[in-house]
Amino acid sequence: MPSYDLRVNGSARRVDSPDADKPLLYVLRDLGLTATKYGCGLGQCGACTVLADGTAVQSCQMTVADAQGKAITTLEGLGSASNPHPLQTAFIQYQVPQCGYCTSGMIMSAAGLLAKKQKPSEDDVRSALEVNLCRCGSHMRVVSAVMAASGQRG
Amino acid sequence: MTASSEKIRVSRRKVLKGGALIVGFALTGMQTRAFAQGATGAPRRVDAKEVDSYLAVNGDGTVTVYCGKVDLGQGLRIAIPQIAAEELGIGVDKIGYVEGDTALTPNQGRTSGSSGIQRGGMQIRQAAATARKAMIELAAQRLNLKPEDLVSSDGEIRPKAGGAGIAFASLLGDRRFDLKLDPNAPLKNPAAYTIVGKSLPRPDVAGKCLGTAVYVQNFALPGMLHGRVVRPPAIGAALVSVDEDSVKGLAGVKVVRINNFLAVIAEDEWTSVRAARELRAQWSDVSGLPAQDKLVETLRTDPGVTDQALITKGAPLSPPPPNVKTLSASYFWPMQSHASLGPSCAVADVRADQATVWTASQGTHDNRATFARFLGLPEDKVRLIYIEGSGCYGMNGHEDAAADAAILSRAVGRPVRVQWSRADEHGWDPKGPPQLLDIAGAVDADGHILDWRTEMWIPQSTRGLLNIPLLGPQAAGLDNIVGLNPGLISQNGDPPYVADHVQVIVHWLKEAPLRPAPLRSPGKPANCFAVESFADELAAAAGIDPIEFRLRGLKNPRGIELIKRVAAMMKWQTRPSPGASTGAALVRGRGMSYVHYKHSETLVAMGMEVAVERASGRIKVERVFCAHDCGQIINPDGVRAQVEGGILQTISRVLMEEVKFDRSRVLSVDWSSYPIMRFSDLPKLEIDLVDRPNEPPFGAGEASCAAVGAALANATYDAIGVRLRTIPFTPERVKAALNGKAS
Repeated sequence: MPSYDLRVNGSARRVDSPDADKPLLYVLRDLGLTATKYGCGLGQCGACTVLADGTAVQSCQMTVADAQGKAITTLEGLGSASNPHPLQTAFIQYQVPQCGYCTSGMIMSAAGLLAKKQKPSEDDVRSALEVNLCRCGSHMRVVSAVMAASGQRG
Repeated sequence: MTASSEKIRVSRRKVLKGGALIVGFALTGMQTRAFAQGATGAPRRVDAKEVDSYLAVNGDGTVTVYCGKVDLGQGLRIAIPQIAAEELGIGVDKIGYVEGDTALTPNQGRTSGSSGIQRGGMQIRQAAATARKAMIELAAQRLNLKPEDLVSSDGEIRPKAGGAGIAFASLLGDRRFDLKLDPNAPLKNPAAYTIVGKSLPRPDVAGKCLGTAVYVQNFALPGMLHGRVVRPPAIGAALVSVDEDSVKGLAGVKVVRINNFLAVIAEDEWTSVRAARELRAQWSDVSGLPAQDKLVETLRTDPGVTDQALITKGAPLSPPPPNVKTLSASYFWPMQSHASLGPSCAVADVRADQATVWTASQGTHDNRATFARFLGLPEDKVRLIYIEGSGCYGMNGHEDAAADAAILSRAVGRPVRVQWSRADEHGWDPKGPPQLLDIAGAVDADGHILDWRTEMWIPQSTRGLLNIPLLGPQAAGLDNIVGLNPGLISQNGDPPYVADHVQVIVHWLKEAPLRPAPLRSPGKPANCFAVESFADELAAAAGIDPIEFRLRGLKNPRGIELIKRVAAMMKWQTRPSPGASTGAALVRGRGMSYVHYKHSETLVAMGMEVAVERASGRIKVERVFCAHDCGQIINPDGVRAQVEGGILQTISRVLMEEVKFDRSRVLSVDWSSYPIMRFSDLPKLEIDLVDRPNEPPFGAGEASCAAVGAALANATYDAIGVRLRTIPFTPERVKAALNGKAS
């Protein structure tokens, strides 16, 4: 079976896949990185968003073959309980998630934005998160938390 | 699997930022008790009348609370421990919590109808009060003091006068109370509350932000296989043939066929996805659905209805006095999907003599008999364990996925995880039912309502049906329940205002076009949309300001206060609707609505400001103002989150959402054909929570939803001078209304 060399959350991972177009989403989940969520498999909801070389991408739309050679970061790699990313701290402080199924993707999209623009405006935040759907209606808190994480009033 | 544990600091600070209460929080500090979902503790007493079913005083000084209601993200995991801790007299950090496990928690009924706190929480409050009374009596004997001289605090019973107390654990550690819930056990005076009423952080939030939270979508068992069900291209179609060779190239794939139930099973998830996609099967042609463009007429002319007069009050004045205006209007709310962000998922391990099912169902207890029935097992050999899934708002596909997993696990003799696809979820989740309402009324020049008559056409509920028929057992020809359960969708069909004569008539439909289920605030968004829109129409006919009109007709002082608060929040200008500038390219309007949920629970007044773009027909909700009174507030930030979510989700439902179907199947099976709100659609929200500590607490997850439709419709009318009476208010519909076509 063909294998692929990935770099995930700073570690080298070799994964086997019978097909080169297996979505990165399933590769990550098979590695136990289940913070990345399956929402639609169509690139329409953002639940599976991860960073590839610092850019937010929907992992259901990136094949394992295309993910080779890129530095992939998932929510687990962004921070931890003992060393949380500022976005994670802010999302917790603002008590953002309800069901939380969209939260991982929201944080990763926001991380992609902050990597490019340290002090985004609220409009920048809304636009960067436009692809990310939330059904529980946690949107207001998402915007506030991203602003707070960038050191601005949410 | 092990319980996930999260470190949160429970003693916290509250900071006011930008007018909103922000929950102070640190990631280090005290370790809270684990939230042990997915654990398989030994079965215990679960009789809902017994104190021990709800509470266990542990030898280590902690208390475990067992809750039959589940947390879907609405905050019961902190609110219920707050209630229990307050009433017992112990720190909330000493409370462990178990939810929704048929073997461990009492049957407190389905988590629905905004009942988590107002019923589930109040049972637990009474259990805790009974427990405290018992522990005080035990301590009184030991200390040779009178019970009235003792107080419960910090996990011990101590003399009010000072001196050493006795810890709960010493009084009772690991032993049972053996008491029934005592309805007369005295409750703590709310004036002395130190835990209830505080915005303590929800304990599941940190894990959701760090990626450690366990969802049913992540739950795995050793030896577990991955299944996907292949649904037919038409609802009710029979499976004619399956070409198993079509998936022969996929390693380890097994095809399972039981009558019309067709599924694939693989060792890994991606292979199951591919197999479900590539499996070729032939199905019979079925086209049993009504034509969507004729749905309103179909409902109105359905010959199979049962009529029921729900409410008849007073008598109409005949003949009507002079200066009376009479109006009538029809309103329609379409079928809508739960549209859960994550498609449903479940894991089942079915053996010859027992079954365990891990599910995000809001009714694990309710489903036990159903699962036992189609699996052919005794009820006490079937255990359903709740694990949180993607949010659902009533009854989405979680229970169907659980049934699918159970059928497949039994078929292959191994644990099976079934993950629905996006198209499965949008296409096959049970839908919020269609609701058609006609309202006729008469109003005099002073805004007094002389006559009000509501007629509604809605699917009936089959009496005593706890669940809904499940897809898997139905297709497999297994023993399945039969009937309809759309929830309590006939409430709030009458106005909350004084009227000489009120009648509400329901035409119960025997069938629903698509399988119905309760969807957040079941029925009330539609009924309140119609009732509060029509109240606005009466106000406009009488030439009276909408708020003035409502205040004249409202007797409930709590409701009056909310309406006045909203008027103050939005600096309401007193004048009749519509406003003056209805000819401009971009017109703005304001409107409001008022809801007393089920006429007995939470009260909401809601104001909205909208902008309507004439050329595109797009409505943009700019600001929402909500004054909300759910009685005693357990956790203000939790209530606020629910109200925010209720408002945003319902704005989405009102502006965008309608299930599309042809004569065979649902067509809106993804997020482009069934769009929901995105960040660019966000309004500004101002929420004013009225706390009434001495009143009973009511639910906060649904009432705000009911107020949204009319506030939005009334604000739009104020802007453009045309009434929208059919949901959703799409740009096409707005343009048609502006061009004088029926809305």
